[in-house]
Amino acid sequence: MIKSRINMLGGQLFVLLAMLMTCPGIAAATETMVDPAISAKPWWFWPLVLFVFCLILGVLAVMAGVGGGVLYVPLVSGFFPFHIDFVRGIGLMVALAGALAAGPGLLKRNLANLRLALPVALIASTCSIAGAMLGLYLSSLNPNIIQACLGATIIGIACLLLFSKNTEKPVVTKQDAIGLALGLQGVYWDDGSQESVEWKTHRTLLGLLSFIIIGLLAGLFGLGAGWANVPVFNLLMGVPLKVSVATSKFLLSITDTSAAWIYLNRGCVIPLIAVPSIVGLMLGSFLGVRILAVAKPKMIRYMVIGVLFFAGFKALDKGLGLGLMG
Amino acid sequence: MDKDNEALKASEEQVLYASVLMLGVLAGLAIMGLTYFIYLTGILPAHVDMNYLPQVWGKNVNEYLHLTHTPHGWEWTGLLMKGDFLNYIGFVLLGLMTVVCYLVLVRGYMRQKDWTYTAISVLEILVLCVAASGMLGSGGH
Repeated sequence: MIKSRINMLGGQLFVLLAMLMTCPGIAAATETMVDPAISAKPWWFWPLVLFVFCLILGVLAVMAGVGGGVLYVPLVSGFFPFHIDFVRGIGLMVALAGALAAGPGLLKRNLANLRLALPVALIASTCSIAGAMLGLYLSSLNPNIIQACLGATIIGIACLLLFSKNTEKPVVTKQDAIGLALGLQGVYWDDGSQESVEWKTHRTLLGLLSFIIIGLLAGLFGLGAGWANVPVFNLLMGVPLKVSVATSKFLLSITDTSAAWIYLNRGCVIPLIAVPSIVGLMLGSFLGVRILAVAKPKMIRYMVIGVLFFAGFKALDKGLGLGLMG
Repeated sequence: MDKDNEALKASEEQVLYASVLMLGVLAGLAIMGLTYFIYLTGILPAHVDMNYLPQVWGKNVNEYLHLTHTPHGWEWTGLLMKGDFLNYIGFVLLGLMTVVCYLVLVRGYMRQKDWTYTAISVLEILVLCVAASGMLGSGGH
């Protein structure tokens, strides 16, 4: 009964989101950036629409188990009149604020592991600076390059979310030398199974090297990178899923900080649109968590994956100038 | 292992990191709310007029900075009496929180003589400081 109600609520939110994306004002915003109809709207119109949009996005992101940044950048760059430079900068601030807010709780409950996060964060944050600088450079050459690459990446993320099968408690028979030297092992209490779970890493070097690419992508597109962190921790390094998810969320607070500074210093954060985005997504996430405590609607996850495919194809279409999707 | 076993609890430095982070995040969000209120109500005048923003937020960042005479890097500190730039205090606080937390970590790891993690933490602080300094990627318009 409750589950079906939540599915219905998710469906209604989804319809609301679709209505927002297809309403004439927003549809016109995607046509051209200098449409007089857009600049004729009062200044408060777009921040207000953005706030409502982000509130719904926050709820759906939590229900679908994805980060806010990964939905924010493709959807806002596709359906709002803001240049992709600002969307990426604010996308990072959104992901950063969410990760910072979640960090303390995850660390105190010993779900996020500091020893696991620190070496990885050093690699990812250094590379995210390079990614942010590369992104700003490519965008100054031609924003369509970034738009097309973003589209391809979003489609890849949607495939990853659809096909990757995470393992709750991976079996690691022997810890490798690097994992042992860095002390990448731990134990946590699993409330679900009411038992303590010990874990250790393997394939640590390969895992660490993967964060070079993850950091680059996070900085390049302003996406946050939970979608990539979790599979690397869980499937590659053998970290239990709960620790992977929590450490990934905490890790974003470090990775995104360095990239966010590059965008902030470059002037890519416009307060009028940044604050409604951050507050909207955070409030939406709080609401989403409350709804999630009652049930976990799988249907919403598939809907969000569908939206990611759509946003990815739209960004690709826009970037390549094909004009197939309006 | 029992649920209350000491081994299941977060390490001392992890709890300290979480506590400092919690304070910083709450302060950052409160400041962000307050400064946005000041900005929207016009208590302090904005550097870029709000009615002009819809005409320029579709331009790339270089054009935007040029058209709005907006400074980049840390030059915003000279415009703190402007409503829009006042909001940067909240953003910057969120951006600096990780550095502050890492400073706490360095102290803890040094006490434990854990030199590997001391070095990792110090290097991370350097990376974040370089990113925050504005030396990288803030030129060119």
